[in-house]
Amino acid sequence: MNALSTSVNRETAEFRANSLAMTAAVSDLAAHAAQAAMGGGEAARRRHIDRGKMLPRERIDRLLDPGSPFLEIGQLAANGLYGGDAPAAGIVAGIGVIQGRRCMVVANDATVKGGTYYPMTVKKHLRAQKIAEENRLPCLYLVDSGGGYLPLQDEFFPDENHFGRIFYNQAQMSAHGIPQIAVVMGSCTAGGAYVPAMSDETVIVREQGTIFLGGPPLVKAATGEVVTAEDLGGGDVHTRVSGVADHLAENDSHALHIARRIVSTLPEQVEPAADYDEPLYPADDLYGIIPTDTRKPYDVREVIARLVDGSCFDEFKPRYGTTLVTGFARLYGMPVGIIANNGILFGESSLKGAHFIELCVQRRIPLLFLQNITGFMVGRAYENEGIAKHGAKLVTAVATAAVPKLTLVIGGSFGAGNYGMCGRAYSPRFLWMWPNARISVMGGEQAASVLATLRRDSVEARGDLWPQREEEAFRSEIRAQYDRQGHPYYSTARLWDDGIIDPAETRRVLGLSLSTALNAPIADTRFGLFRM
Amino acid sequence: MFKKILIANRGEIACRIIRTARSLGIGTVAVYSEADAGARHVRLADEAVLIGPAPARQSYLHAEKILAAAKRTGAEAIHPGYGFLSENEAFAEACAAANITFVGPPAAAIRAMGSKSAAKDLMGKAGVQLVPGYHGADNDPALLQNEADRIGYPVLIKASAGGGGKGMRRVDRREDFAEALGSCRREAKNAFGDDHVLIEKYVLKPRHIEIQVFADGMGNCIHLFERDCSVQRRYQKVLEEAPAPGMTAERRADMGAAAVRAAKAVAYVGAGTVEFIVNQDGSFYFMEMNTRLQVEHPVTEMITGLDLVEWQLRIAAGEPLPLRQEEVQLQGHAIEARIYAEDPDCGFLPSIGTIRHLDLPGQGPRVRIDSAVDAGDAISPHYDPMIAKLIVHGADRAEALKTMAGALSGVHIVGLSANIDFLHRLIETPSFATADLDTGLIEREHDRLFCARKIPFEAWCLVAMNELLTQLPGRPVSPWQQPDGWRLNGRTARRIPLASDGETVTITAVSTRHGWRLADAASPKRTVQAQGRVERKGEAAILDIRLDERRHTATVVEAGDQRHVFLAGRTFVLERLPDLQRTADTHSGGGGLRAPMPGAVIALLAEPGRSLKAGEPLLVIEAMKMEHTIVAPANGRLAGFHYAVGDQVLAGAELVDFQAAE
Repeated sequence: MNALSTSVNRETAEFRANSLAMTAAVSDLAAHAAQAAMGGGEAARRRHIDRGKMLPRERIDRLLDPGSPFLEIGQLAANGLYGGDAPAAGIVAGIGVIQGRRCMVVANDATVKGGTYYPMTVKKHLRAQKIAEENRLPCLYLVDSGGGYLPLQDEFFPDENHFGRIFYNQAQMSAHGIPQIAVVMGSCTAGGAYVPAMSDETVIVREQGTIFLGGPPLVKAATGEVVTAEDLGGGDVHTRVSGVADHLAENDSHALHIARRIVSTLPEQVEPAADYDEPLYPADDLYGIIPTDTRKPYDVREVIARLVDGSCFDEFKPRYGTTLVTGFARLYGMPVGIIANNGILFGESSLKGAHFIELCVQRRIPLLFLQNITGFMVGRAYENEGIAKHGAKLVTAVATAAVPKLTLVIGGSFGAGNYGMCGRAYSPRFLWMWPNARISVMGGEQAASVLATLRRDSVEARGDLWPQREEEAFRSEIRAQYDRQGHPYYSTARLWDDGIIDPAETRRVLGLSLSTALNAPIADTRFGLFRM
Repeated sequence: MFKKILIANRGEIACRIIRTARSLGIGTVAVYSEADAGARHVRLADEAVLIGPAPARQSYLHAEKILAAAKRTGAEAIHPGYGFLSENEAFAEACAAANITFVGPPAAAIRAMGSKSAAKDLMGKAGVQLVPGYHGADNDPALLQNEADRIGYPVLIKASAGGGGKGMRRVDRREDFAEALGSCRREAKNAFGDDHVLIEKYVLKPRHIEIQVFADGMGNCIHLFERDCSVQRRYQKVLEEAPAPGMTAERRADMGAAAVRAAKAVAYVGAGTVEFIVNQDGSFYFMEMNTRLQVEHPVTEMITGLDLVEWQLRIAAGEPLPLRQEEVQLQGHAIEARIYAEDPDCGFLPSIGTIRHLDLPGQGPRVRIDSAVDAGDAISPHYDPMIAKLIVHGADRAEALKTMAGALSGVHIVGLSANIDFLHRLIETPSFATADLDTGLIEREHDRLFCARKIPFEAWCLVAMNELLTQLPGRPVSPWQQPDGWRLNGRTARRIPLASDGETVTITAVSTRHGWRLADAASPKRTVQAQGRVERKGEAAILDIRLDERRHTATVVEAGDQRHVFLAGRTFVLERLPDLQRTADTHSGGGGLRAPMPGAVIALLAEPGRSLKAGEPLLVIEAMKMEHTIVAPANGRLAGFHYAVGDQVLAGAELVDFQAAE
C-alpha cells in the first residue's frame, strides 16, 4: 500500500488558529459530556447512593470487563431539551465488553426524574436496540425506571417508534437469537415491567428491584388492596413465587456479578485480528488541519492519513471526479473502503462514488463515509448533463449496499449531499460528528439568500419596496436560526447522530464501530435500478 | 582418603558435605526418609538409601538403619553433619564397632562434653575460666537456693543435660528461685529424662563468642579464630559473624589458647567449637563445647578461605592438620543469616507448607548460599524449618553488611512465612549496625523489629500496576481489547480493590498518554503518575515501574488472590479483592420457613423457645410419600410452630417462626 504524505506545516498562523478553535470546541464538548454524566445532579445522586445503589455509570463500569472501552451512544441526547431536565435523556447506552463479548448496555438513570421515559429517552433506547439488532449484540438492560414521563404521554406512547417498540424489539431480537438480559436494580413499573418480563434471563436485586404493572398506589385506587412494593413485586416474590425473574441478587454488586455470569454462558464472538501499524502522523494534527470555516477547502487525504493503519491508502480513480476521494485502507487491520468529500459533488464524482461502492460490495468491504459536503453542483450545464440521475446512482448505491456503513461528519452536511454521503436516513451502522460539523438542509448563508430573494420577489410583486436594513435583519435572523439548528449539539440532542467525538479520538471510535459492525455477517447486496 | 562416605543427615548440610566429598573424589551415599524422597541431597548423592518414615526417630536418628545402609553400600565413613546423631556417643561407638569411621571426635570426647556440669568440672581443672556457679551433684533445693544466694542474682538455672535453650530459667530475685527451680526441673525431666540442674551467674549484656578448633590424631590442635553469635532469639542463633567486632589480637590469642586447652583436655580430634560467654569488657567464661561441625561454619570458611568439611575428612582419614596455627590467615569480615520458614510477628512460629516460589540471589565470591530446597519443596513439621543460610563476605564489616542487605533483597519466598523482612530490619537496627552486640539485642530492639508496619502507598501502587500491565493483550489488538477504560470524550477510572491485614485500599487508575494516573480512592489527593513494564519470569512478575520521578524494581508473585510484593528488601502480602460480590449473603433474614410442597406435618423436632444451630432439624413434612426435613437456616431461636403434627400444609406455607441470630 502507499503511505500518504503530508504537507501540513504546524508552524503556520492558520494551523495555530485552527488548533486553538478546535481545542476550545473539544473542551466545551468534554464539559458538556461531563455535565451530562452527572445525571440528575448532586442531591439526586446523593439520595441514590444513600439507598445503597450504584450510579448508572458505575453499574456499567463494573458490569464491563475491567478496563473495557465503552462506546457510548447518544451521550448528549436531550441536551437543552425539556428545560435541561433530562441529561443524556435519563438513560445511558453504549457498547462494552463483558466476558469477552461485545454487548449493548442500556441503563436507566434514576437520578433523572426517577428514570422515567421522555420522548428522547424512548428514541435513545430504540436507537440502542437498533444498533444491537444490526450488529447482533447481546442486550443488557439495567433497569431502574418509573416508566413513562406522564406529562408528555402523547409524545412517546402509541406511535410506531414509541414506547411499545422497545418490547417489540426485544421479542424480535430474541427471535433472532440475540440475547436479552435484564437486571432489575430499581423500579420497573407499568410498561417498564415488560423489559424484564420480555427478557430471556432476568436478575433482580432483593428489597430494591420491583416489577409490577401497577404500583401500590394504583392498586389501592383500583381495588382497595393495601400492599407493600416488596410484597407486590419484589425480588423475593418474583424469584420464588411468580417466576417473573430468575436470579435473586443481594445488591447491585452481586447482581452485576450474576449478569456477568449469564453473559459467560452466551456464544463467544469472533473478532477479526490482523497485525497493523499506527498512522504515521499524530492525530492531534487534525486540530490544526480542520479549518474553522466549513466552506474553506483543504485536502481530505490529510485526515485519512491520520486515521488509517500506517497512513496507507490505496486510492481508486484518483484522476477522475477529484472532488470525491475513494480508496481502500485498513483500520486496526480491518479493511475498509473510504469515500471522502474533497469539494462539491459533480456528475463524475457521483459516478465514481457509485462505482467504488460496487467494488466494496463485490469484495465485502465495509464503507466509511467522511462527510464534508455543501451539496451537488447546480446550474444549467450540470442539470442538462443529468447530475440528478448521476446523483441518484450514488444515492441508490449508498442506500442499497448491504455492507456495513459508517459515517463521520467532519465538516458540512448540507442538502442532498447528506443523502449521497450516507446521512442518518441511509442507515449507517454508526454516525458520528466532529464538533466543527454543521448539518442542515442548506447552509445558513445560502438559506438566507434564497429566502430573501423569494421575499423580495413577493414584496416587489406587490409594488412595495423592501428596505436594505429590513432585508439585512431578515437575513441575519435566518442565519442565526440555521447556525443554531445546524450545530452538532442541536443535532445530537435529537439523536440525528450517535454522538459528537473528539477528532483526536476518531481512529479509536471508528475502529470500535467497525469491529462492532463486523460482528454481524455481511449480507448479500441487491442494488436498486441505476438510472442510466 | 576414603573412597566412599555416607552422610547421615539431610538438608543443606548434607548437600554441603556432598559438594566437598565430590571435589575430593569421594563417593557419596545419602540416606533419606520417606518425606525426603525427592529432596536435593538425595538427587545430588551418588547413591541414596531409604531408611524409614518421616519422623526423625525412625529415620535420621535410627542408628542401626544408617549403619546397615553404610555397610550395604560399602561406605567407609559416616559424616553425621550437625544435629541428629552428630553428638551421639553411642552412635560413634557403634560406628567404631562396625569398623566404619565416624567423622567426628572420639566417643569419649563426646561423652566428656555431653554433660554440662561434668564438662565444666573438667574445664575448671584444665584452667579454662568458668562462670561463677554451682555444678555439684547434690541437687537438694535448699542447697541450690544457698548456692544461688552465694553467687548473687541474677542467676541462671540450667538443666545439666539441656541444650538448645530448653530447660533454662533466669531468676532475678531470691523469692522467685524456688518456683523457677521447680518448673525448670519439670521441663528438664520432660525434655531430657533427667532433672538434674546447675546454677550459674547470669552475665548482664553477655556476648556469645565461640572459637572454632581443629585437632588431628597426632595430638595437634589449632583454632580458626572466633565467631560472634550474640544475635539470638530464645538461645537460637540468628546472625553469626567473624571476626567478632571489637576483638583484639591479644584477646583472640587468649580465647584461642583457652579453646585449644579445652579440646586437649578431652583428647579431642576433628572439628569442634568452644563456646564462651563474654562480658562487655571482654572477659570470657567457658560455656560448652560442641563436638561437631556448626551450622555457622561457613562464616569461618569465608574469612579463612578454608574448607572445614575437607579438614574433617582428612583428619578422619588419619591425615595431620593441613596448616599450622601461624599459617591460618584471617581475611575481611563475614556474616551469616539463617533464613527460616517462620513468622517472626507470631512469636517465630514455624511456618509449615510448600514453597510455591523461591528466588535466591546469585552466588559469587562475596555471596554464598547453603540451601537444599527448591520451589515446590515442602517445609515439613518433622525437621528443622531452615530454608537456607545466606553468607556474605566483605573487606570489612560495613561492606559485608551492605552486601547482606543487597542479598536479602534478592530472597523472594512465597508459600510460607519467612524471616527475610525480620533479618532485614535486624541488620538495620542501630545496635547491630554499630556492633553493639549482646544476646539481648533482639529484645532490646523489639520496637524496631516488631512494630506494626504500614504498607507504603508505593506497594499498593505496584500491585495495581501489576494488575494493569499483566492484563495487556499481545498484538494484534482489536480496539476493544485495549483495557484502558476508554470512554467517549473521557476515560473511566479502573478500580483495583486490595486488602492487607484488615486494611482495604482501592486504587483507581486512569489511563494517560504514557501510563496511568493512580490514586487512593479513599483520599483522591494521594495520587501518582505511573508507567513502566512488567516481565514474566515463571511465576514471578518482575516490575520496572516509575512512580512520579522514582523508579522501582520489584517482584510480584501471585498465589491465588494473594500478591506477594518484594520491594527494596521488604515483603508485603496484599490480597486482590473481587471486583464484584460473588456470592449471596448467608441469609439471616428472620421470618418463616416455608413448605416446599403441599403435605402433612408428621413430626416437630425442636422445642419452641430454644436456641438452635444452623442445620438443626425443626420439623418433618410428608408429601408425595417423601419426607422433607426442614432445618434451621442459621443460628438462632425457634419462636414457635405454626402447625401441629397431622396438620395439612399448602406449598409455600410458613411453617415456623424462626429468629436468626445477628
